[in-house]
Amino acid sequence: MARKVTGRSVLISTLAAWLLGFLIFFPILWMVLTSFKTELEAFANPPSFLLFHWTTENYATVQERSDYLHHAFNSIVIAGGSTLVALLIAIPAAWSMAFSPTKRTKDILLWMLSTKMMPPVGVLVPIYLIYRDFGLLDTRIGLVFLLCLGNLPIVIWMLFTYFKEIPKDILEAARMDGATIGRELIYVLTPMAIPGLASTMLLNLILAWNEAFWTLNLTTLDAAPLTTFIASYSSPEGLFWAKLSAASTLAVAPILIIGWFSQKQLVRGLTFGAVK
Amino acid sequence: MGRITLQGVQKSFGPVHIIKGADLEVPDGAFVVFVGPSGCGKTTLLRLIAGLEDVSGGKILIDGKNVVDVPPAKRGLSMVFQSYALYPHMSVRGNIAFGLKMAGLPKDEINRKVEAAAATLNLTPYLDRKPRELSGGQRQRVAIGRAIVREPKAFLFDEPLSNLDAALRVQMRLEVTRLQKELGTTAIYVTHDQVEAMTMADKIVVLNAGKIEQYGSPLELYERPTNLFVAGFIGSPKMNFITGEPAAQRGATTIGVRPEHFRVNADGQSSSNQAWPGKVIIAEHLGSDTFLYVDAGPLGTLTVRCAGEIGVKMGDTVLLSPDPNRVYRFDASGNAVHV
Repeated sequence: MARKVTGRSVLISTLAAWLLGFLIFFPILWMVLTSFKTELEAFANPPSFLLFHWTTENYATVQERSDYLHHAFNSIVIAGGSTLVALLIAIPAAWSMAFSPTKRTKDILLWMLSTKMMPPVGVLVPIYLIYRDFGLLDTRIGLVFLLCLGNLPIVIWMLFTYFKEIPKDILEAARMDGATIGRELIYVLTPMAIPGLASTMLLNLILAWNEAFWTLNLTTLDAAPLTTFIASYSSPEGLFWAKLSAASTLAVAPILIIGWFSQKQLVRGLTFGAVK
Repeated sequence: MGRITLQGVQKSFGPVHIIKGADLEVPDGAFVVFVGPSGCGKTTLLRLIAGLEDVSGGKILIDGKNVVDVPPAKRGLSMVFQSYALYPHMSVRGNIAFGLKMAGLPKDEINRKVEAAAATLNLTPYLDRKPRELSGGQRQRVAIGRAIVREPKAFLFDEPLSNLDAALRVQMRLEVTRLQKELGTTAIYVTHDQVEAMTMADKIVVLNAGKIEQYGSPLELYERPTNLFVAGFIGSPKMNFITGEPAAQRGATTIGVRPEHFRVNADGQSSSNQAWPGKVIIAEHLGSDTFLYVDAGPLGTLTVRCAGEIGVKMGDTVLLSPDPNRVYRFDASGNAVHV
């Protein structure tokens, strides 16, 4: 017998889903709302939800006090660059592990993941010293390199699981058709893995965009991305909630927009292979 | 030209010997079917010929040239996979053209060849569709189109029809056979379905546990199986094997009688002392044939196939007389004894 779905149960579960969605979205909403309040209203207790004096002065102040575009450009270079380099390394790595695994493949995968288990602060001093000696402090290239290495295990791991889903027969058919390994990667494997590649890329982009530990510790101004830009509003003259919110809104806006437009790809990628 | 010769070909995966020394000569233009139970190594042998697996020993010659160190694409063979293995992101045209594109042929020549192949396979209206928009039979035809367009020395088929439904399978069986005869290209075809083997093959290779048991034309295998395995594997329903007294009388350890080689005496009256009495356990009436499963006491359960309807019911006692010219004799090691 098919499960009975009554109108009431649909209504209840729909309401519950909307409520849950709203709860998850609420912090972002609150941040955006706060960014349009005056500093005084941002502090007010009880807080006002929509009925406050709307103002854009925070955005103006933020833009006046620091160069948003400069930081945004750094964020784009660092997040984009580290993602691109990570993919260039991870695609062949995941390919070889998925399609010609050895006895040690599982061990290597686990070992790579284990490097993510170490808290970054544990290597802050050695990395800081190395970066200082090589002149990489406060450089975009230094951060691209570091964030790329930091996210590489996750990127390889994700791509490995996507590649695993691709039937081996198809790659063998390509080999019979005369494709070299390089052409097999370009013409067959990569296009088939696009949903997986897209979601891996987006996830890595978000991780790198929001990465705050290394970007805060290794940059001052020249290479400082948007995370540093936000952080500059929580010190030193005190906490300015409205300006901090405006800065944060500006910082997450690009990534939010990219996420919005690629949500179809992202969802497809994350459920890739679940349904044939 | 496409003459394929195997000389002592071996394959092991670690300590497991999958192919234990195969010698075979596939003449140019022949349709050779590898048949055997699952796990007998037939697909492995095909993949060795294709170059998708490396041999552990022996030689594979294509037109007299040893190709064991030649990569798959350079062997001049094309393969049709069980899963079709179409490129899902390419159109039918893209799928068929892929091999030619990899070979670096000029565009207009590729187009001409793709359209010719598509026309042969009735795929012209579907050239711009994606594989997911096609039915199983159409996908299979695309896979075949991808194979023929490269004008290979030989086609390798790995159970290509096993994902199709029964009616389509029969139709595609005819199409593949017709196409192969038209093109005159050597074909090696792997299947576990002996009806496919018997109907399509010029010659059949029966494989069992990594060994070639017999190589011959379908009727040779049916009429003169070299051992118990081939005798039991070829023919449907399976040959009846009888040991003991009746075998000893005929100077053999085991004798075999095919279900269709019994004369059934339904009134229970013995016409000769060579007849075996038995009780019908199950009678299957197909109209065109009647299958009887007869409990023949010490001889075990015998399967009998009679043409047409013979009016025998469950529980009847019948006398079975094997056709004396069609009794196969095997010695203690299972090999056929010839007179």
